[in-house]
Amino acid sequence: MIDIADITKTFDKNTVLTGVSETIRKGEIFAIIGPSGQGKTTLLRILGLLEKPTTGDVLLEGKSIVKLSDNDPVRRRIGMVFQNPVAFKDSVYHNIALGLHYRGFGKEEIRERVLQKLDEIGLSGYEERKATTLSGGEKQRVSLARIMVTGPDILILDEPTANLDPVSTEVIEDLIRHYNKKLGTTVILSTHDLIQGQRLADRVAVMMNGHFIQSGTIFDVFTRPCSVDVAKFIGIGNILVGKVIRKEDGLSVILVHDVEIHAISNAPAGTNVRIAIRPEEITLHTGPDRWSSARNVIFGTIEAVKPFGIISHVNVKSGELTLSVQVTWQSIRELDLKPGVEAVLSFKAPSVHIMPEENGNECI
Amino acid sequence: MNDLLTGIQTAFLLILTADSEVLDITFRTLQITFSSVLISTIIAIPLGAIITFNEFWGKKSLISVIQTLYALPTVIVGLLCFMILSRSGPLGTLGWMFTPNGMVFGQTILIIPIMTGLTIAALQAIDPIITDTIRSLGATRFQFLKSHLREARFTIMAAVIIGFSRAISEVGTAIMIGGNIKGHTRVLTTAISLQTSMGNFNLSLALGIILLVIALIINLFMGIVQNR
Repeated sequence: MIDIADITKTFDKNTVLTGVSETIRKGEIFAIIGPSGQGKTTLLRILGLLEKPTTGDVLLEGKSIVKLSDNDPVRRRIGMVFQNPVAFKDSVYHNIALGLHYRGFGKEEIRERVLQKLDEIGLSGYEERKATTLSGGEKQRVSLARIMVTGPDILILDEPTANLDPVSTEVIEDLIRHYNKKLGTTVILSTHDLIQGQRLADRVAVMMNGHFIQSGTIFDVFTRPCSVDVAKFIGIGNILVGKVIRKEDGLSVILVHDVEIHAISNAPAGTNVRIAIRPEEITLHTGPDRWSSARNVIFGTIEAVKPFGIISHVNVKSGELTLSVQVTWQSIRELDLKPGVEAVLSFKAPSVHIMPEENGNECI
Repeated sequence: MNDLLTGIQTAFLLILTADSEVLDITFRTLQITFSSVLISTIIAIPLGAIITFNEFWGKKSLISVIQTLYALPTVIVGLLCFMILSRSGPLGTLGWMFTPNGMVFGQTILIIPIMTGLTIAALQAIDPIITDTIRSLGATRFQFLKSHLREARFTIMAAVIIGFSRAISEVGTAIMIGGNIKGHTRVLTTAISLQTSMGNFNLSLALGIILLVIALIINLFMGIVQNR
Protein backbone atom coordinates (compact mmCIF):
# COMPACT_ATOMS: atom_id res chain seq x y z
CA MET A 1 0.00 0.00 0.00
CA ILE A 2 2.78 2.40 0.97
CA ASP A 3 6.21 2.12 -0.57
CA ILE A 4 8.93 4.03 1.20
CA ALA A 5 11.76 4.45 -1.26
CA ASP A 6 15.16 5.37 0.12
CA ILE A 7 14.08 8.42 2.13
CA THR A 8 16.62 10.76 3.62
CA LYS A 9 15.94 13.85 5.70
CA THR A 10 18.40 16.54 6.64
CA PHE A 11 17.60 19.48 8.93
CA ASP A 12 20.17 22.21 8.38
CA LYS A 13 23.31 20.08 8.59
CA ASN A 14 21.84 17.38 10.78
CA THR A 15 20.97 14.20 8.88
CA VAL A 16 18.15 12.43 10.67
CA LEU A 17 17.13 9.81 8.13
CA THR A 18 19.88 8.10 6.18
CA GLY A 19 17.92 6.03 3.69
CA VAL A 20 14.71 4.32 4.77
CA SER A 21 13.06 1.78 2.52
CA GLU A 22 10.13 -0.48 3.31
CA THR A 23 6.79 -1.60 1.98
CA ILE A 24 3.82 -1.32 4.28
CA ARG A 25 0.97 -3.63 3.45
CA LYS A 26 -2.68 -2.80 3.36
CA GLY A 27 -4.49 -3.59 6.61
CA GLU A 28 -1.46 -4.41 8.70
CA ILE A 29 -0.20 -2.90 11.95
CA PHE A 30 3.38 -1.93 11.34
CA ALA A 31 5.45 -0.88 14.35
CA ILE A 32 8.66 1.07 14.23
CA ILE A 33 10.75 0.37 17.28
CA GLY A 34 14.11 1.74 18.27
CA PRO A 35 15.84 3.89 20.82
CA SER A 36 14.87 7.58 21.15
CA GLY A 37 16.39 10.10 18.78
CA GLN A 38 16.89 7.71 15.88
CA GLY A 39 14.45 9.35 13.47
CA LYS A 40 11.19 7.53 14.18
CA THR A 41 9.18 10.72 14.59
CA THR A 42 10.70 12.34 11.50
CA LEU A 43 9.83 9.32 9.38
CA LEU A 44 6.25 9.27 10.67
CA ARG A 45 5.89 13.01 10.00
CA ILE A 46 6.97 12.40 6.42
CA LEU A 47 4.46 9.55 6.06
CA GLY A 48 1.83 11.78 7.70
CA LEU A 49 2.58 14.47 5.06
CA LEU A 50 3.68 17.02 7.65
CA GLU A 51 7.26 17.01 6.44
CA LYS A 52 8.90 16.50 3.07
CA PRO A 53 11.86 14.14 2.63
CA THR A 54 15.15 15.66 1.45
CA THR A 55 15.57 12.84 -1.08
CA GLY A 56 13.63 9.68 -1.81
CA ASP A 57 9.94 9.12 -2.33
CA VAL A 58 6.81 7.78 -0.68
CA LEU A 59 4.28 6.06 -2.89
CA LEU A 60 0.67 5.48 -1.93
CA GLU A 61 -0.79 2.82 -4.21
CA GLY A 62 1.96 3.58 -6.68
CA LYS A 63 1.55 7.38 -6.69
CA SER A 64 4.04 9.74 -5.11
CA ILE A 65 2.60 11.64 -2.15
CA VAL A 66 5.58 13.70 -1.01
CA LYS A 67 4.74 16.81 -2.99
CA LEU A 68 0.99 17.15 -2.48
CA SER A 69 -0.44 20.64 -2.19
CA ASP A 70 -2.11 21.69 1.07
CA ASN A 71 -5.53 21.27 -0.48
CA ASP A 72 -4.98 17.86 -2.10
CA PRO A 73 -7.75 15.42 -1.10
CA VAL A 74 -5.27 12.53 -0.83
CA ARG A 75 -4.04 14.14 2.41
CA ARG A 76 -7.40 13.25 3.94
CA ARG A 77 -6.73 9.53 3.54
CA ILE A 78 -3.92 9.72 6.10
CA GLY A 79 -4.48 10.70 9.74
CA MET A 80 -1.99 11.14 12.51
CA VAL A 81 -2.05 11.03 16.33
CA PHE A 82 0.86 12.50 18.26
CA GLN A 83 2.81 11.62 21.36
CA ASN A 84 1.53 14.47 23.53
CA PRO A 85 -2.26 14.43 23.79
CA VAL A 86 -3.72 17.79 22.78
CA ALA A 87 -7.23 19.16 22.75
CA PHE A 88 -8.66 22.23 21.07
CA LYS A 89 -10.11 24.87 23.40
CA ASP A 90 -13.59 23.68 22.65
CA SER A 91 -16.11 21.08 23.73
CA VAL A 92 -15.29 17.40 23.32
CA TYR A 93 -18.00 17.30 20.66
CA HIS A 94 -16.41 20.07 18.62
CA ASN A 95 -12.98 18.46 18.99
CA ILE A 96 -14.17 15.24 17.39
CA ALA A 97 -16.33 16.99 14.79
CA LEU A 98 -13.55 19.21 13.42
CA GLY A 99 -12.36 16.95 10.60
CA LEU A 100 -15.96 16.40 9.51
CA HIS A 101 -16.52 20.17 9.35
CA TYR A 102 -13.45 20.40 7.11
CA ARG A 103 -15.02 17.83 4.82
CA GLY A 104 -18.31 19.70 4.64
CA PHE A 105 -20.53 17.08 6.27
CA GLY A 106 -24.07 18.05 7.25
CA LYS A 107 -25.06 18.73 10.85
CA GLU A 108 -27.08 15.54 11.25
CA GLU A 109 -24.40 13.26 9.87
CA ILE A 110 -21.74 14.94 11.99
CA ARG A 111 -23.85 14.43 15.10
CA GLU A 112 -24.45 10.78 14.34
CA ARG A 113 -20.80 10.03 13.65
CA VAL A 114 -19.45 11.98 16.62
CA LEU A 115 -21.84 10.31 19.07
CA GLN A 116 -20.91 6.90 17.71
CA LYS A 117 -17.19 7.66 18.18
CA LEU A 118 -17.79 8.97 21.70
CA ASP A 119 -19.47 5.67 22.48
CA GLU A 120 -16.55 3.70 21.01
CA ILE A 121 -13.96 5.55 23.08
CA GLY A 122 -16.08 5.23 26.23
CA LEU A 123 -16.76 8.95 26.63
CA SER A 124 -20.51 9.04 25.97
CA GLY A 125 -22.07 11.95 27.80
CA TYR A 126 -18.87 14.01 27.58
CA GLU A 127 -20.04 16.00 24.53
CA GLU A 128 -20.32 19.34 26.28
CA ARG A 129 -17.23 18.96 28.49
CA LYS A 130 -14.36 21.34 27.81
CA ALA A 131 -11.83 19.09 26.14
CA THR A 132 -8.91 20.87 27.81
CA THR A 133 -10.15 19.66 31.22
CA LEU A 134 -9.86 15.98 30.28
CA SER A 135 -7.08 13.76 31.62
CA GLY A 136 -4.14 12.85 29.38
CA GLY A 137 -5.57 9.43 28.62
CA GLU A 138 -9.01 10.86 27.79
CA LYS A 139 -7.46 13.53 25.57
CA GLN A 140 -5.56 10.86 23.67
CA ARG A 141 -8.80 8.91 23.19
CA VAL A 142 -10.39 12.08 21.84
CA SER A 143 -7.37 12.60 19.54
CA LEU A 144 -7.83 9.09 18.19
CA ALA A 145 -11.57 9.56 17.73
CA ARG A 146 -11.00 12.95 16.04
CA ILE A 147 -8.94 11.26 13.35
CA MET A 148 -10.90 8.01 13.09
CA VAL A 149 -14.27 9.77 12.70
CA THR A 150 -13.00 10.99 9.32
CA GLY A 151 -12.42 7.39 8.23
CA PRO A 152 -8.78 7.51 7.11
CA ASP A 153 -7.28 4.55 5.22
CA ILE A 154 -3.99 4.97 7.04
CA LEU A 155 -3.57 5.81 10.72
CA ILE A 156 -0.18 6.99 11.91
CA LEU A 157 0.58 7.05 15.63
CA ASP A 158 3.78 8.52 17.03
CA GLU A 159 4.40 6.95 20.45
CA PRO A 160 0.66 7.20 21.19
CA THR A 161 0.92 5.96 24.76
CA ALA A 162 4.35 7.20 25.80
CA ASN A 163 2.91 9.68 28.30
CA LEU A 164 -0.03 7.62 29.54
CA ASP A 165 -0.68 5.41 32.56
CA PRO A 166 -1.01 1.62 32.04
CA VAL A 167 -4.83 1.63 32.12
CA SER A 168 -5.11 4.40 29.51
CA THR A 169 -2.46 2.64 27.44
CA GLU A 170 -4.55 -0.51 27.35
CA VAL A 171 -7.64 1.42 26.27
CA ILE A 172 -5.73 3.09 23.42
CA GLU A 173 -4.20 -0.23 22.33
CA ASP A 174 -7.62 -1.89 22.31
CA LEU A 175 -8.99 0.96 20.18
CA ILE A 176 -6.09 0.70 17.72
CA ARG A 177 -6.66 -3.04 17.40
CA HIS A 178 -10.42 -2.47 17.05
CA TYR A 179 -10.05 0.04 14.21
CA ASN A 180 -7.48 -2.14 12.47
CA LYS A 181 -9.66 -5.26 12.61
CA LYS A 182 -13.12 -3.73 12.18
CA LEU A 183 -12.39 -1.02 9.63
CA GLY A 184 -9.28 -2.51 8.04
CA THR A 185 -7.34 0.67 8.72
CA THR A 186 -3.64 0.33 7.98
CA VAL A 187 -1.76 1.35 11.13
CA ILE A 188 1.80 2.61 11.31
CA LEU A 189 3.01 3.34 14.81
CA SER A 190 6.24 4.03 16.58
CA THR A 191 7.02 2.96 20.09
CA HIS A 192 10.01 2.61 22.33
CA ASP A 193 7.97 0.09 24.30
CA LEU A 194 9.03 -3.29 22.92
CA ILE A 195 6.21 -5.11 24.63
CA GLN A 196 3.70 -2.76 23.03
CA GLY A 197 5.29 -3.47 19.65
CA GLN A 198 4.90 -7.16 20.28
CA ARG A 199 1.32 -6.82 21.52
CA LEU A 200 0.05 -4.77 18.63
CA ALA A 201 2.10 -5.25 15.51
CA ASP A 202 1.93 -7.69 12.67
CA ARG A 203 5.37 -6.62 11.56
CA VAL A 204 8.07 -4.49 13.13
CA ALA A 205 11.07 -2.57 11.91
CA VAL A 206 13.99 -1.61 14.08
CA MET A 207 15.19 1.92 13.44
CA MET A 208 18.76 2.78 14.30
CA ASN A 209 21.02 5.54 13.01
CA GLY A 210 18.32 6.90 10.73
CA HIS A 211 17.25 3.78 8.90
CA PHE A 212 15.65 0.35 9.31
CA ILE A 213 18.36 -2.03 10.38
CA GLN A 214 15.98 -5.00 10.42
CA SER A 215 12.33 -5.57 9.65
CA GLY A 216 10.07 -8.58 9.68
CA THR A 217 7.45 -10.38 11.69
CA ILE A 218 7.50 -10.04 15.45
CA PHE A 219 8.85 -13.57 15.66
CA ASP A 220 11.68 -12.90 13.20
CA VAL A 221 12.91 -9.75 14.80
CA PHE A 222 12.53 -10.75 18.41
CA THR A 223 14.01 -14.23 18.10
CA ARG A 224 16.49 -13.64 15.30
CA PRO A 225 18.06 -10.19 15.71
CA CYS A 226 20.40 -9.61 12.82
CA SER A 227 23.05 -7.69 14.68
CA VAL A 228 24.42 -7.17 18.13
CA ASP A 229 22.87 -3.69 18.29
CA VAL A 230 19.42 -5.08 17.56
CA ALA A 231 19.96 -7.93 20.01
CA LYS A 232 20.94 -5.46 22.71
CA PHE A 233 17.97 -3.21 21.94
CA ILE A 234 15.41 -6.01 22.09
CA GLY A 235 16.86 -7.06 25.41
CA ILE A 236 18.72 -10.25 24.69
CA GLY A 237 21.09 -10.16 27.58
CA ASN A 238 23.83 -12.63 26.86
CA ILE A 239 25.77 -11.56 23.79
CA LEU A 240 29.05 -13.42 23.41
CA VAL A 241 31.88 -13.83 20.91
CA GLY A 242 32.78 -17.34 19.80
CA LYS A 243 34.03 -19.57 17.02
CA VAL A 244 32.44 -22.63 15.40
CA ILE A 245 34.92 -25.43 16.10
CA ARG A 246 33.12 -28.51 14.79
CA LYS A 247 29.82 -30.06 13.74
CA GLU A 248 28.20 -32.70 15.92
CA ASP A 249 24.81 -34.47 15.54
CA GLY A 250 23.70 -31.75 13.07
CA LEU A 251 24.56 -29.01 15.55
CA SER A 252 27.40 -26.53 15.60
CA VAL A 253 29.72 -26.57 18.55
CA ILE A 254 30.83 -23.06 19.37
CA LEU A 255 33.73 -22.35 21.64
CA VAL A 256 33.07 -19.34 23.83
CA HIS A 257 36.09 -18.64 26.01
CA ASP A 258 36.72 -22.16 27.29
CA VAL A 259 33.12 -23.39 27.20
CA GLU A 260 31.56 -25.42 24.36
CA ILE A 261 28.04 -24.34 23.44
CA HIS A 262 25.79 -26.34 21.11
CA ALA A 263 23.67 -24.36 18.67
CA ILE A 264 21.78 -24.67 15.39
CA SER A 265 23.71 -22.90 12.65
CA ASN A 266 24.78 -23.25 9.04
CA ALA A 267 28.08 -21.56 9.73
CA PRO A 268 30.99 -23.84 8.74
CA ALA A 269 33.67 -24.81 11.23
CA GLY A 270 36.22 -22.07 11.70
CA THR A 271 33.70 -19.19 11.42
CA ASN A 272 33.82 -16.45 14.01
CA VAL A 273 30.31 -15.71 15.28
CA ARG A 274 28.39 -13.71 17.84
CA ILE A 275 25.86 -15.61 19.89
CA ALA A 276 22.95 -14.41 21.95
CA ILE A 277 21.04 -16.37 24.57
CA ARG A 278 17.88 -14.91 26.10
CA PRO A 279 18.22 -14.91 29.90
CA GLU A 280 14.68 -16.23 30.25
CA GLU A 281 15.55 -19.31 28.22
CA ILE A 282 18.25 -20.42 30.59
CA THR A 283 17.25 -22.59 33.55
CA LEU A 284 19.15 -22.36 36.80
CA HIS A 285 19.46 -25.25 39.24
CA THR A 286 21.40 -25.69 42.40
CA GLY A 287 21.09 -29.47 42.89
CA PRO A 288 22.45 -32.21 40.59
CA ASP A 289 19.00 -33.53 39.62
CA ARG A 290 16.99 -33.17 36.40
CA TRP A 291 19.08 -30.69 34.51
CA SER A 292 20.38 -33.11 31.94
CA SER A 293 17.57 -32.93 29.31
CA ALA A 294 18.94 -29.73 27.72
CA ARG A 295 21.80 -29.85 25.26
CA ASN A 296 23.87 -27.25 27.01
CA VAL A 297 24.78 -27.69 30.65
CA ILE A 298 27.21 -25.31 32.32
CA PHE A 299 28.53 -25.49 35.87
CA GLY A 300 29.41 -22.22 37.52
CA THR A 301 29.29 -19.97 40.52
CA ILE A 302 26.88 -17.13 41.19
CA GLU A 303 28.65 -13.82 40.85
CA ALA A 304 25.83 -11.37 41.47
CA VAL A 305 22.07 -11.17 42.07
CA LYS A 306 20.42 -8.01 40.67
CA PRO A 307 16.79 -7.43 41.56
CA PHE A 308 14.54 -6.17 38.71
CA GLY A 309 11.13 -6.02 40.35
CA ILE A 310 9.67 -9.48 40.79
CA ILE A 311 12.26 -10.96 38.43
CA SER A 312 15.93 -10.92 39.36
CA HIS A 313 18.91 -11.22 37.07
CA VAL A 314 21.45 -13.69 38.36
CA ASN A 315 24.95 -13.62 36.88
CA VAL A 316 26.68 -16.99 36.81
CA LYS A 317 30.37 -17.28 36.03
CA SER A 318 31.97 -20.36 34.58
CA GLY A 319 35.64 -19.87 33.86
CA GLU A 320 35.84 -16.77 31.71
CA LEU A 321 32.18 -17.01 30.65
CA THR A 322 29.48 -15.03 32.45
CA LEU A 323 25.79 -15.65 31.68
CA SER A 324 22.81 -13.73 32.96
CA VAL A 325 19.72 -15.72 33.97
CA GLN A 326 16.23 -14.57 34.99
CA VAL A 327 14.94 -15.98 38.25
CA THR A 328 11.79 -15.07 40.18
CA TRP A 329 12.28 -13.57 43.62
CA GLN A 330 10.50 -16.57 45.07
CA SER A 331 13.13 -18.93 43.68
CA ILE A 332 15.87 -16.64 44.89
CA ARG A 333 14.55 -17.08 48.41
CA GLU A 334 13.70 -20.77 48.18
CA LEU A 335 17.06 -21.71 46.67
CA ASP A 336 18.89 -19.15 48.77
CA LEU A 337 20.70 -17.76 45.74
CA LYS A 338 23.53 -15.39 46.56
CA PRO A 339 27.06 -14.72 45.35
CA GLY A 340 29.38 -17.67 45.84
CA VAL A 341 26.67 -20.35 45.57
CA GLU A 342 27.36 -23.05 42.96
CA ALA A 343 24.79 -23.27 40.19
CA VAL A 344 24.06 -25.33 37.09
CA LEU A 345 22.75 -23.61 33.97
CA SER A 346 20.98 -25.46 31.18
CA PHE A 347 19.51 -24.35 27.88
CA LYS A 348 18.52 -25.95 24.61
CA ALA A 349 20.44 -25.65 21.37
CA PRO A 350 17.63 -23.70 19.59
CA SER A 351 17.79 -21.08 22.37
CA VAL A 352 21.19 -20.05 21.11
CA HIS A 353 20.89 -17.39 18.43
CA ILE A 354 23.76 -16.99 16.00
CA MET A 355 24.67 -13.69 14.36
CA PRO A 356 27.52 -13.02 11.95
CA GLU A 357 30.54 -11.49 13.62
CA GLU A 358 30.15 -7.74 13.71
CA ASN A 359 30.24 -6.21 10.26
CA GLY A 360 29.08 -2.75 11.08
CA ASN A 361 25.44 -2.19 11.89
CA GLU A 362 24.11 -3.22 8.52
CA CYS A 363 22.28 -6.44 8.23
CA ILE A 364 19.19 -6.26 6.05
CA MET B 1 -10.16 67.11 49.94
CA ASN B 2 -13.57 68.73 50.28
CA ASP B 3 -13.38 69.80 46.65
CA LEU B 4 -12.84 66.20 45.62
CA LEU B 5 -15.86 64.93 47.59
CA THR B 6 -18.26 67.56 46.30
CA GLY B 7 -16.79 66.95 42.87
CA ILE B 8 -17.65 63.25 43.03
CA GLN B 9 -21.16 64.07 44.33
CA THR B 10 -21.81 66.48 41.48
CA ALA B 11 -20.35 64.02 39.02
CA PHE B 12 -22.85 61.32 40.02
CA LEU B 13 -25.62 63.89 39.89
CA LEU B 14 -24.66 64.81 36.33
CA ILE B 15 -24.63 61.15 35.33
CA LEU B 16 -27.86 60.23 37.11
CA THR B 17 -29.80 63.20 35.74
CA ALA B 18 -28.56 62.27 32.28
CA ASP B 19 -27.03 65.66 31.56
CA SER B 20 -27.37 66.21 27.84
CA GLU B 21 -23.83 67.43 27.27
CA VAL B 22 -22.35 64.48 29.20
CA LEU B 23 -24.53 62.02 27.26
CA ASP B 24 -23.62 63.63 23.95
CA ILE B 25 -19.88 63.41 24.64
CA THR B 26 -20.12 59.82 25.90
CA PHE B 27 -22.15 58.68 22.91
CA ARG B 28 -19.70 60.28 20.45
CA THR B 29 -16.73 58.75 22.24
CA LEU B 30 -18.22 55.27 21.97
CA GLN B 31 -19.10 55.81 18.31
CA ILE B 32 -15.59 56.91 17.36
CA THR B 33 -13.81 54.28 19.47
CA PHE B 34 -15.97 51.38 18.32
CA SER B 35 -15.50 52.47 14.69
CA SER B 36 -11.72 52.56 14.97
CA VAL B 37 -11.60 49.24 16.87
CA LEU B 38 -13.85 47.60 14.26
CA ILE B 39 -11.71 48.80 11.36
CA SER B 40 -8.48 47.88 13.16
CA THR B 41 -9.81 44.39 13.94
CA ILE B 42 -10.69 43.78 10.30
CA ILE B 43 -7.17 44.80 9.30
CA ALA B 44 -5.02 43.59 12.23
CA ILE B 45 -6.26 40.02 12.70
CA PRO B 46 -5.84 38.87 9.08
CA LEU B 47 -2.57 40.80 8.91
CA GLY B 48 -1.32 39.06 12.05
CA ALA B 49 -2.32 35.66 10.64
CA ILE B 50 -0.60 36.35 7.32
CA ILE B 51 2.61 37.40 9.05
CA THR B 52 2.53 34.40 11.41
CA PHE B 53 1.88 31.68 8.84
CA ASN B 54 4.10 32.86 6.03
CA GLU B 55 7.85 32.78 5.85
CA PHE B 56 9.44 35.78 4.18
CA TRP B 57 12.62 37.78 4.29
CA GLY B 58 12.69 40.28 7.16
CA LYS B 59 9.84 38.65 9.10
CA LYS B 60 11.59 38.92 12.47
CA SER B 61 12.51 42.58 11.88
CA LEU B 62 8.95 43.36 10.85
CA ILE B 63 7.63 41.82 14.08
CA SER B 64 10.18 43.86 16.07
CA VAL B 65 9.02 47.04 14.34
CA ILE B 66 5.38 46.21 15.08
CA GLN B 67 6.23 45.61 18.73
CA THR B 68 8.13 48.90 18.93
CA LEU B 69 5.05 50.68 17.63
CA TYR B 70 3.06 49.47 20.68
CA ALA B 71 4.57 52.50 22.37
CA LEU B 72 3.81 54.85 19.49
CA PRO B 73 3.12 58.24 21.17
CA THR B 74 -0.37 59.48 20.40
CA VAL B 75 0.87 62.98 19.60
CA ILE B 76 3.17 61.58 16.90
CA VAL B 77 0.20 59.78 15.34
CA GLY B 78 -1.63 63.10 15.65
CA LEU B 79 1.19 64.91 13.90
CA LEU B 80 1.40 62.32 11.09
CA CYS B 81 -2.35 62.34 10.58
CA PHE B 82 -2.36 66.11 10.62
CA MET B 83 0.19 66.14 7.79
CA ILE B 84 -1.72 63.48 5.85
CA LEU B 85 -5.22 64.90 6.35
CA SER B 86 -4.57 68.62 6.23
CA ARG B 87 -5.72 70.37 3.10
CA SER B 88 -2.27 70.19 1.44
CA GLY B 89 -1.62 66.60 2.59
CA PRO B 90 -2.02 63.45 0.45
CA LEU B 91 -5.52 62.76 1.77
CA GLY B 92 -6.46 66.43 2.16
CA THR B 93 -9.25 66.18 -0.41
CA LEU B 94 -11.19 63.90 1.95
CA GLY B 95 -11.81 66.89 4.17
CA TRP B 96 -11.43 64.75 7.30
CA MET B 97 -9.51 67.32 9.29
CA PHE B 98 -11.42 68.28 12.48
CA THR B 99 -14.08 65.61 11.85
CA PRO B 100 -14.97 62.37 13.65
CA ASN B 101 -13.82 60.49 10.52
CA GLY B 102 -10.35 61.98 10.94
CA MET B 103 -10.32 60.89 14.58
CA VAL B 104 -11.28 57.32 13.60
CA PHE B 105 -8.48 57.41 11.02
CA GLY B 106 -5.94 58.49 13.65
CA GLN B 107 -7.04 56.00 16.30
CA THR B 108 -7.00 53.18 13.76
CA ILE B 109 -3.37 53.93 12.91
CA LEU B 110 -2.62 54.15 16.60
CA ILE B 111 -3.99 50.72 17.57
CA ILE B 112 -3.30 48.58 14.50
CA PRO B 113 0.31 47.81 15.60
CA ILE B 114 -0.66 46.62 19.07
CA MET B 115 -3.57 44.55 17.81
CA THR B 116 -1.48 43.02 15.02
CA GLY B 117 1.42 42.30 17.34
CA LEU B 118 -0.77 40.68 19.99
CA THR B 119 -2.53 38.61 17.32
CA ILE B 120 0.87 37.35 16.14
CA ALA B 121 1.84 36.53 19.73
CA ALA B 122 -1.48 34.73 20.28
CA LEU B 123 -1.07 32.61 17.15
CA GLN B 124 2.56 31.83 17.88
CA ALA B 125 1.60 30.62 21.34
CA ILE B 126 -0.56 27.84 19.91
CA ASP B 127 0.86 24.37 20.66
CA PRO B 128 2.63 23.11 17.49
CA ILE B 129 0.83 19.79 17.94
CA ILE B 130 -2.46 21.65 17.46
CA THR B 131 -1.05 22.94 14.16
CA ASP B 132 0.03 19.42 13.18
CA THR B 133 -3.39 18.07 14.14
CA ILE B 134 -5.17 20.68 12.02
CA ARG B 135 -3.00 19.81 9.02
CA SER B 136 -3.35 16.10 9.63
CA LEU B 137 -7.15 16.42 9.69
CA GLY B 138 -6.92 17.61 6.11
CA ALA B 139 -7.70 21.31 6.55
CA THR B 140 -7.57 23.49 3.47
CA ARG B 141 -5.47 26.66 3.71
CA PHE B 142 -8.53 28.67 4.67
CA GLN B 143 -9.74 26.11 7.25
CA PHE B 144 -6.19 26.05 8.63
CA LEU B 145 -6.30 29.81 9.31
CA LYS B 146 -9.83 29.68 10.65
CA SER B 147 -9.06 26.90 13.13
CA HIS B 148 -5.97 28.70 14.38
CA LEU B 149 -7.85 31.95 14.90
CA ARG B 150 -10.57 30.03 16.72
CA GLU B 151 -7.99 28.31 18.95
CA ALA B 152 -6.45 31.70 19.80
CA ARG B 153 -9.77 33.51 20.08
CA PHE B 154 -9.56 34.39 23.76
CA THR B 155 -6.09 35.89 23.48
CA ILE B 156 -7.07 37.70 20.30
CA MET B 157 -10.15 39.05 22.07
CA ALA B 158 -7.82 40.40 24.73
CA ALA B 159 -5.84 42.10 21.96
CA VAL B 160 -9.03 43.78 20.76
CA ILE B 161 -9.84 44.94 24.30
CA ILE B 162 -6.35 46.39 24.68
CA GLY B 163 -6.78 48.19 21.37
CA PHE B 164 -10.12 49.51 22.58
CA SER B 165 -8.61 50.70 25.86
CA ARG B 166 -5.80 52.51 24.08
CA ALA B 167 -8.22 54.16 21.65
CA ILE B 168 -10.76 55.32 24.21
CA SER B 169 -8.15 56.70 26.61
CA GLU B 170 -5.89 58.56 24.16
CA VAL B 171 -6.07 62.32 23.98
CA GLY B 172 -3.22 63.41 21.69
CA THR B 173 -4.70 62.34 18.36
CA ALA B 174 -8.23 63.26 19.37
CA ILE B 175 -7.27 66.84 20.14
CA MET B 176 -4.90 67.37 17.20
CA ILE B 177 -7.14 65.84 14.53
CA GLY B 178 -10.55 66.40 16.13
CA GLY B 179 -9.87 69.80 17.55
CA ASN B 180 -12.26 69.31 20.51
CA ILE B 181 -15.14 71.10 18.76
CA LYS B 182 -18.19 71.17 21.01
CA GLY B 183 -21.03 69.01 19.68
CA HIS B 184 -18.88 67.77 16.82
CA THR B 185 -15.55 66.24 17.79
CA ARG B 186 -15.49 66.62 21.55
CA VAL B 187 -14.91 63.23 23.26
CA LEU B 188 -14.46 62.21 26.90
CA THR B 189 -10.70 62.66 27.06
CA THR B 190 -10.57 66.02 25.24
CA ALA B 191 -13.49 67.30 27.31
CA ILE B 192 -11.75 66.31 30.56
CA SER B 193 -8.61 68.08 29.41
CA LEU B 194 -10.52 71.24 28.54
CA GLN B 195 -12.82 71.29 31.57
CA THR B 196 -9.89 70.76 33.92
CA SER B 197 -7.98 73.66 32.43
CA MET B 198 -11.15 75.76 32.84
CA GLY B 199 -11.47 74.74 36.48
CA ASN B 200 -14.68 72.71 36.00
CA PHE B 201 -13.48 69.82 38.09
CA ASN B 202 -17.01 68.46 38.68
CA LEU B 203 -17.69 67.91 35.02
CA SER B 204 -14.18 66.54 34.50
CA LEU B 205 -14.66 64.03 37.30
CA ALA B 206 -18.05 62.96 35.94
CA LEU B 207 -16.54 62.36 32.54
CA GLY B 208 -13.58 60.51 34.07
CA ILE B 209 -15.91 58.21 36.03
CA ILE B 210 -17.86 57.44 32.87
CA LEU B 211 -14.61 56.59 31.07
CA LEU B 212 -13.64 54.17 33.81
CA VAL B 213 -17.09 52.59 33.95
CA ILE B 214 -16.99 51.92 30.21
CA ALA B 215 -13.60 50.24 30.59
CA LEU B 216 -14.95 48.20 33.50
CA ILE B 217 -18.01 47.02 31.58
CA ILE B 218 -15.90 45.98 28.59
CA ASN B 219 -13.55 44.01 30.83
CA LEU B 220 -16.39 42.34 32.71
CA PHE B 221 -17.92 41.30 29.42
CA MET B 222 -14.56 39.90 28.36
CA GLY B 223 -14.25 37.92 31.58
CA ILE B 224 -17.70 36.40 31.12
CA VAL B 225 -16.91 35.32 27.56
CA GLN B 226 -13.60 33.76 28.57
CA ASN B 227 -15.11 31.80 31.42
CA ARG B 228 -17.83 30.29 29.32
